[in-house]
Amino acid sequence: MRTPETLTPDPLSIGGRTFRSRLFVGTGKYKDPETMVAALDASGCEVVTVAIRRVDWKSGDDPVMGHLDRERYTILPNTAGCFEADDAVRVARLSRELGLGDWVKLEVLGDRRTLLPDPVGTLEACRTLVGEGFTVLAYTSDDPVMALRLQEAGATSVMPAGSPIGSGQGVLNPNNLRIILETLEVPVIIDAGVGTASDVAIAMELGAEGVLLNTGIAGADDPVRMAHAMRHALEAGYFAHRAGRIPRRLYATASSPTRGVLGE
Amino acid sequence: MPTIRVNGENREIPEGTTVEGLVSTLESEGLALDRRAIAVEVNRDIVPRSTYAAHPLEDADLVEIMTIVGGG
Repeated sequence: MRTPETLTPDPLSIGGRTFRSRLFVGTGKYKDPETMVAALDASGCEVVTVAIRRVDWKSGDDPVMGHLDRERYTILPNTAGCFEADDAVRVARLSRELGLGDWVKLEVLGDRRTLLPDPVGTLEACRTLVGEGFTVLAYTSDDPVMALRLQEAGATSVMPAGSPIGSGQGVLNPNNLRIILETLEVPVIIDAGVGTASDVAIAMELGAEGVLLNTGIAGADDPVRMAHAMRHALEAGYFAHRAGRIPRRLYATASSPTRGVLGE
Repeated sequence: MPTIRVNGENREIPEGTTVEGLVSTLESEGLALDRRAIAVEVNRDIVPRSTYAAHPLEDADLVEIMTIVGGG
């Protein structure tokens, strides 16, 4: 038996690749590139997400790629901000043309205020992209039927939201996620809504293969400390899930012997 | 002169301008553009880097010049 010192999570296999870290971290919203680089390092992540946008002639572009070590990080471009299936497909093709390969985090949104995914558009774009040879990691709501449909459409991973993007509300419907985790065969990564480390632990305790987050780290007062916390929360949840927790009981059960108490 | 739309803004171009010509012009205007870090779409279709010079632009073409930025 391995000693606790040597206990590390098993690697994550997804889309023919293997990662030691099960945390996927976004590169948006950091106050400066140095903070982003330090936070990514502290998180231990090996997969980072990026977005595709129009070149900004006037103010210049976010130099994100200049700060990412391509040897160290697998780049996962997203289709964030797309509200039509066609637009998401175009963005995926653009990211391939930009040299980012065939992986894509598919996002087709249905509403600007909640940023909740559009299930119809997501499914349509998923089918098209899978047909074009993309490895699709599909962002979706926590609807178990939708998750199943995306798996059937050929998604390499299904990524249900814990709660709305950037909301920091954590995992709102653990029961739906449990059903998704029981039903699906492809890896399930919980994506979106993480506010703090315990949210990551909860997602992993439910049995998720990994967690994707951005704002929870980038928006923290101290992103590097929070990245460190997320990394450890992920491991905590990973092992807790596999350790088999005790059942919840309404009443207490004493931890100390109930016999031999003074004055019995 | 033909007028095209580049990243949502109208722009007049000399007759016969290719994608290569447009990218070069944008570079020469001193705008923040790194041609190694862009992908170009014309009328919703990708124009591969290797075919910029062979792709003439026409009046009312919709051009998108895209790059990679931070995101979740």
